[in-house]
Amino acid sequence: MTTDVLLRADDVVKDFAVRRHGPRVRAVDGVSITVHHGETVGLVGETGCGKSTLARCLTRLYELTSGTVAFAGRDISRLSRHQLAPVRRDMQMIFQDPYGSLNPRRRVGSIIGDPFAIHGVADGHDRQRRVQDLMKLVGLNPEHYNRYPAEFSGGQRQRIGVARAIALQPKLIVCDEPVSALDVSIQAQVINLLADLQDDLGLAYLFISHDLSVVRHVSDRVAVMYLGQIVETAPARQLYQQPRHPYTAALLSAAPVADPDRADQRQPILLTGDVPSPADPPAGCRFHPRCPKAQQRCTVEAPALVAREPGDDTHLTACHFPLDSVDELVPR
Amino acid sequence: MSTVPLQAVSPVAGDDPVAADIQGRSPLRLALARLRRDRVALASAATILLLVIVAVAAPLIAHLVGHDPTTQYRDTGLTPAGLPIGPNRHFWFGTDNLGRDVLIRVIYGTRVSLLVGVVSTLLAVALGVIIGVTAGYFQGATDTILARFMDVVLSFPFLLFAIALVSVAGPSITVSVFVIAFFSFAAVGRIVRGQTLSIREREYVEAARSLGASDLRIMAVDVLPNLIAPVIVYTTLLIPTAIVFEATLSFLGMGVVPPTPTWGNMLSDSLQYYQVAWWFILFPGLALLITTLAFNLLGDGVRDALDPATERLFAEK
Repeated sequence: MTTDVLLRADDVVKDFAVRRHGPRVRAVDGVSITVHHGETVGLVGETGCGKSTLARCLTRLYELTSGTVAFAGRDISRLSRHQLAPVRRDMQMIFQDPYGSLNPRRRVGSIIGDPFAIHGVADGHDRQRRVQDLMKLVGLNPEHYNRYPAEFSGGQRQRIGVARAIALQPKLIVCDEPVSALDVSIQAQVINLLADLQDDLGLAYLFISHDLSVVRHVSDRVAVMYLGQIVETAPARQLYQQPRHPYTAALLSAAPVADPDRADQRQPILLTGDVPSPADPPAGCRFHPRCPKAQQRCTVEAPALVAREPGDDTHLTACHFPLDSVDELVPR
Repeated sequence: MSTVPLQAVSPVAGDDPVAADIQGRSPLRLALARLRRDRVALASAATILLLVIVAVAAPLIAHLVGHDPTTQYRDTGLTPAGLPIGPNRHFWFGTDNLGRDVLIRVIYGTRVSLLVGVVSTLLAVALGVIIGVTAGYFQGATDTILARFMDVVLSFPFLLFAIALVSVAGPSITVSVFVIAFFSFAAVGRIVRGQTLSIREREYVEAARSLGASDLRIMAVDVLPNLIAPVIVYTTLLIPTAIVFEATLSFLGMGVVPPTPTWGNMLSDSLQYYQVAWWFILFPGLALLITTLAFNLLGDGVRDALDPATERLFAEK
């Protein structure tokens, strides 16, 4: 892994209008995140916390309300669609729904060949040959070139999506819940495929998921999102072993454990209440209404995402009272 | 990510060992296969094919019979009192009030009806698809303007407008085609717009945008193919409407100019004679009925064939 930054997002904000001229919902609220060359960054959080919106802001499928996104050192957050076209060759996306992300009326060969056609890279037989090479690379039968998406299984379809994403040999692939619609056994195949491709092609991934064990398996670094903000980011191993934000700790404690003996001993940290509406987020720290450690200060002052231990600038936490140990939260 | 040992990517399960070039069956070919099992639709299609052949071969038939569509056979085609004569071996469908052969005129009327019906429908569908896709895809102000425009067209008293337009431009086949197309496109446009609104939110459209595809490419490659089914259904159902529309205009003297025979102006002429010459009103009316029925039944069959849910109904029998 090299240390130069491939993608740097600064203070990204995305608002949606509920109705025209109606109240606005802040789906992403001041997120900063970096992805280095060849690195996998995991992004976890509950459904509705703004993960997918952030992904679409980073790939400029959505216009940013404010903030900047720099890709390979170039600010892309204000580029026009025309100016963005060359950038898109280096930044691709894999989508959650293997059924919805492939046009049912088009043959698979034509779908995978889209990047070549759009960027005018290859034509005719050359394009077909390259598409079939890609199909081989992702473990599909190249003879199925002329089939329709409906004739493939969910896992095979996600391979089609992967083939389309890697066609132009991008530097970064944003994976928006790439395996959450698949069976567990198929999930492993697709994840292994992504890992192999990373080794072969030197890809960087931004890997979005609500599945903590999947993210732990694939990620070098992990960022945790809550209500449109990143609350904690750290190297994967450190985050899972020593979470400092109470929300991260609660999230980790809720993940199922495969070992029944350890599962019995486990004491989940139960959060009270529901996730507040992003249309009307709580004042101060957004997590304070559900936080077992919340104090007066948390209700008025929003904590910044900073290093809480001197000299450790890789582990950032947005909490006034970060945990020293998870045991602080376990009910006695 | 490379900290965990990884297995090689396993070959995909379920691949058949057939080495030949494997062709998927396109959704349209599947629909065509379903259509072939629908007897009513097949009979309708055969009827339409027959009508087309008759229309194309009209001069040949006229030559074989020895009658012209506009010649007035005053000696053989009218009674001494000057009334139309009924079907006989010279005039199979009888004659009209001017002694013209109703059979030949009905056959020539087929040409006008099919031509106006098909051409104005194609025009209406092309216009409707372009406007509908544009409105649905771009949304916003574009959509507001185009959708309101279509609402206005739909709420027009079309017959009054048609009469006004024809009285200004003068009746002709061309004017009829444009009037019919203008009042039919909005219905197609609204349906296409609705479909486009839902299609543009699909993930594959987002995927195309993330690949850097232009709006035009997305509309042509990703949106249009998904509109084929509703557009085909609407086209087959719009043709009979257009044919009736043309007959109405001709009936009112606003369509094709006499002496060119159309079913509409034949029906109009026959109204004064229906008590003495039933054949004069029956045959053009029957032709109109059979044609619209055939197109409507074919349209129903096409809609069923393109909607895979109906396949299950057939299978349960």
